[in-house]
Amino acid sequence: MAAATESSVHDEVVGVVRDSLGARSVAELVRLTGGASRETWTCVVDGLRVVVQRQRPGAERDMSVEASVLRAAHAAGVPVPEVLAYTEHDPDEGNDEGGATLVTRHVAGETIARKILRDDTYAAARGTLAAELGRALARVHRIRADQVSGLVEIDPTIAYRERLDEIGEPHPAFELASQWLHEHRPSAPTSVGVVHGDYRLGNVIVDADGLQAVIDWELAHLGDPMEDLGWLCVPAWRFGSRLPAAGVGTREQLFAAYGEESGVVVDPEVVRWWEVSGILRWGMICVAQAHTHTSGVVRSHELAAIGRRVCENEHDLFLALDGRWTT
Amino acid sequence: MTMPHDAPTAAELVEAVREWLERDVMPGAKPVNGFHARVASNVLAIVEREIELGPAQAERHRRRLDVLGMSDDAELAAAIRAGDLDGRLAEVRSLVWDSVRDKLLVANPRYLDRDED
Repeated sequence: MAAATESSVHDEVVGVVRDSLGARSVAELVRLTGGASRETWTCVVDGLRVVVQRQRPGAERDMSVEASVLRAAHAAGVPVPEVLAYTEHDPDEGNDEGGATLVTRHVAGETIARKILRDDTYAAARGTLAAELGRALARVHRIRADQVSGLVEIDPTIAYRERLDEIGEPHPAFELASQWLHEHRPSAPTSVGVVHGDYRLGNVIVDADGLQAVIDWELAHLGDPMEDLGWLCVPAWRFGSRLPAAGVGTREQLFAAYGEESGVVVDPEVVRWWEVSGILRWGMICVAQAHTHTSGVVRSHELAAIGRRVCENEHDLFLALDGRWTT
Repeated sequence: MTMPHDAPTAAELVEAVREWLERDVMPGAKPVNGFHARVASNVLAIVEREIELGPAQAERHRRRLDVLGMSDDAELAAAIRAGDLDGRLAEVRSLVWDSVRDKLLVANPRYLDRDED
């Protein structure tokens, strides 16, 4: 197949959006991000600004799961970009080479964590954001697992450890933390539910009034809902702030708001276990990202530099576990 | 370590490139280039610190591994996973945390100021 030119890709996106929404006009089409398996565009359809995500065939993650979970989240009262259309393209009908397109309503606001944490615009929003994140997360966990098709049960700690073993880079600190996680695993969760999987600043849209939408559901899976609370407290997601909950609040504020909305009494030590699990998971992701560079898959000094951030995660593990080791 | 090379030293060469990035490239760069230039200047600063601190750190790391009877980190990681060091885990943790602090002294010394919350 001949390489698609920029203008033919442009025309194709316009065509797909027009067909899937039955739109009269598609204007101001701009590509926001591009990648090997997925691209994001924005445009104005009959006067309404939308976000268009296109996935190529054979991509690792099935976008139909994301469309399904976004619809279920909307129904459960989670602030999310509303799904306007999800279309899977038949490769035999001349639509590119297959793949899928997800069109959602555009939600205005900021996603960059450092701006949300530092810009004056968000000063008032920061005061209530930890509680808002707690309440919205309680609604995420209200999604009934049987309302979403295609979600699988994942233990992220085990999944990433297998990847680390494949890479073959030794990390004594990770072994010590893995051993602690194994020996202190909380008794079975009271419920297996829908877990967002990457709930933190960077994956939410915030404006001057506060939380507007929860986005980036690609890592959604079934598991212990406490995983999301622990992940939200991982030090990397404080982006330099001293406040433990998403860099904007205390654990107590987060757990209280989550508890009010869900009726669940949060056990801080269970969340702490998931936080340690999250630090380890993020550390292993950093190793994998640096490996993407050293193995030659993508040559990038930015990915290479991430390899030297792994020791931050190791230090976070020792700080979190100081006083919690029992053997 | 005696080297045959002329001045400047490797550390001084890296420093010169980092200074050029910070002085001439980063101000006025487009946002995406500015970000990648900042990453690059951080990378060069890591190399400068590793050149300075590396030899003493290598000696300290050798001594830590000797205390545990291990040839390298791969053997240590495998021994921890196999449970071979279960009788002396407090000592192992203390030595491994010391290595982590040495890594941070090169990679991001400011991170050592972070306290447990």
